[in-house]
Amino acid sequence: MASTHASSSADPAATPAHGLVPGLLARVGPIEGRWSPGQGFDCRHTEIFAAAGEASGAGLALAFALNRAGQSQASQAADEDQRPWLWVQDKAARRLGGRPYRAGLPQALRHRLVHVSAESPEDALFALEEGLRCRDLAFVVGEIAGNPRALDFTASRRLSLAAEKHGVPLWLIRLGARRDLGSARMRWEARAAPSPPPRWNGHAPGPPRWHADLFRAHTFQPGRWILGTGKSPTDDPTTLFAEATSTSPDHGDLVHGPGDRPVAAG
Amino acid sequence: MAIWCMDLAIDRWRLVSEESADADPVVLITETARGPRIDAANRAAQGSGARAGMLLADARALCPALVVQPSDPAGDLAMLEALALWAQRWGPWSALDPPDGLLVDTAGVAHLYGGETALLADAARRFARRGLGVRLALAPTAGAAWALAHHGRDRSILDLHDEPMARLADLPAAALRLDDDVLVLLRRLGLKRLGDLHGVDRAALARRFRNRRSAAANPLLRLDQLLGLVPEPALPVIGVSAPMVERRLMEPIRHRALLDRVVADLAADMVRVLEGLGQGARRLELGLWKLDGEVVVRRLELAAATRDASHIVRLMAGKLDDIDAGLGIELMRLRVSWSEPLALAQADFEEAAERHGTSLAACIDRLSARLGEAAVCRPVPYASHVPERAQRWRPPLEPPPAEQGALAFHARPLKLLDLPESIAVLYATPDGLPRRFRWRGNVHEIARAEGPERIAPEWWREKSTARLRDYYRIEDDTGRRYWIYRAGIAGDGRGGAPEWFLQGLCG
Repeated sequence: MASTHASSSADPAATPAHGLVPGLLARVGPIEGRWSPGQGFDCRHTEIFAAAGEASGAGLALAFALNRAGQSQASQAADEDQRPWLWVQDKAARRLGGRPYRAGLPQALRHRLVHVSAESPEDALFALEEGLRCRDLAFVVGEIAGNPRALDFTASRRLSLAAEKHGVPLWLIRLGARRDLGSARMRWEARAAPSPPPRWNGHAPGPPRWHADLFRAHTFQPGRWILGTGKSPTDDPTTLFAEATSTSPDHGDLVHGPGDRPVAAG
Repeated sequence: MAIWCMDLAIDRWRLVSEESADADPVVLITETARGPRIDAANRAAQGSGARAGMLLADARALCPALVVQPSDPAGDLAMLEALALWAQRWGPWSALDPPDGLLVDTAGVAHLYGGETALLADAARRFARRGLGVRLALAPTAGAAWALAHHGRDRSILDLHDEPMARLADLPAAALRLDDDVLVLLRRLGLKRLGDLHGVDRAALARRFRNRRSAAANPLLRLDQLLGLVPEPALPVIGVSAPMVERRLMEPIRHRALLDRVVADLAADMVRVLEGLGQGARRLELGLWKLDGEVVVRRLELAAATRDASHIVRLMAGKLDDIDAGLGIELMRLRVSWSEPLALAQADFEEAAERHGTSLAACIDRLSARLGEAAVCRPVPYASHVPERAQRWRPPLEPPPAEQGALAFHARPLKLLDLPESIAVLYATPDGLPRRFRWRGNVHEIARAEGPERIAPEWWREKSTARLRDYYRIEDDTGRRYWIYRAGIAGDGRGGAPEWFLQGLCG
């Protein structure tokens, strides 16, 4: 079953403190192997590329955030994290994908949301960085549409440094964007996947599933998964699991376009 | 002690306009639905027939030479408040008696002035020096003092050992501070003096006024207050001074760097003042007096009380970008118009922010200072069935409102579009499940659908032509999940064919 698969590889004690020390310079550790749900939480800055006409990016980001909260809660046996979290959207992202809707957010997150509606990508980046510098925030979700000029490699690096310095995780959703240069430790591409039939009504949409493509990571091999949470759409457990590992050889190009890496890198 | 400023409006107008004599007949008017009406008239105008409450046209007919000025009730009230604070020289507490009276608690104070007569003489002298005509009275209860000030002899004193009804019996019923219609009623009953009222059988009066709860409508209650049988709490006026610091500049400044420097100095001064008071600033006002006489005011509001100079300077700097210094700025004044108690705490904010991160309040301050107040907010539920109305955006640090438990069986989308977008839908039957729709130029084949969830319009909020909505949660063939609705049903008589909209995106 999928959940057993997840728990076997998601044992937090079995994953060593690999990868990134929360310092200014992250050393690139040895490639750990394949990612599986419950891993990679010491990566503070994650980018999720998603199409603008669906909410898969936001859904996956929140699933990651919930999974991370559940893991840290289980390991530290601490009571539930009640700190607020920040959702920053620029104007284009609001126009394309709408605003967060409280009744649709996961139960554990809906009362803690602080929403920032920025006008321009510059303002959104400023808000993201201010949010990362705040010790009272649980995590920060950003939504920026397209490839604005302001979000270049320098801006991305600033976000990475701020997130690592203050230990606040950031999930930056890029709506309808090209894979440009970025310093995020993990970069995902998310799109919706057909959902399994729910328990009671076979004709209804089921709990969410996403095609998740980890196409760039510092400590993991790239790979593709179908990720999902929950057995029914109304309950929201914090467990994220990989339903099927689609390692089909038709990966597209063997070499990605040069968009996401410097062409002249030595 | 009751103080009645008989002609407060006229006296104030005279003080403001600085005209020595009442040679011209002057009236103060307000505009009403029936034309200008006289609020107050000076002595010359009264001599020629103008009375308060008259229409201006009638008064003009009596005296064509009337000089007309607009009246200013708000200014009068402000002056009355200032007078109430000033009147605390005669007693520890003073209360307003709008529109033109004051009550001062002088219990146990009179001997400081050498007796009650001397106290009243002192008060009369000081009011006369301010140019205000007043009538004063001293009595054990506020009601009795008011009655004597308005309807008794000037500077009359009701001693504690006097029998109050013996002194007050001759005063008219209006001395009870009653509403006009109650006064008319009492006059029709033949009860014109306080003595008449006191003589009537109490049970009869109580029966007649049994459903009058407010004091101003119940003569028995007023009579008891006047006699001291029922307590009459008064709302005291307390002067609150806003902390203020200012810098007068020897040379007018015209450059931004110097301006920032002075703002930093002012903030440091203000922090010291606030520290002494144990307060933190919530709203700050920075006034810049320019050489050409213009005053620029910049306002800054903070999410939580703060006493951190660098934080204030940093936020204020964003508000100073568009200031035109003109010939130069000669005086700067920083005032805290809203402060809250704040105990002493850690001092160095910026350095702490580098090391430990900022607090939530500071983060929200920085965000809203750059992006605007409305940009940072939190969703709160609101009692409504209509999805876009069931959520409201409030400031993030406000306490959350009381909330009813939501129904868990309604699946709602993760995100809601600001405005539902129109889609073209292909369906098998007009009221059946949708099959295929076109949104933003793409065709989506609907693989699965759940619905309808019918949400009727809220008739107590909307017009009667609002159509009901049938919501469907759908998933297309590639797994994208949306929330769409059909506005109206065929033949509901509220418009043409039903239209379809896409409102939400599910995660």
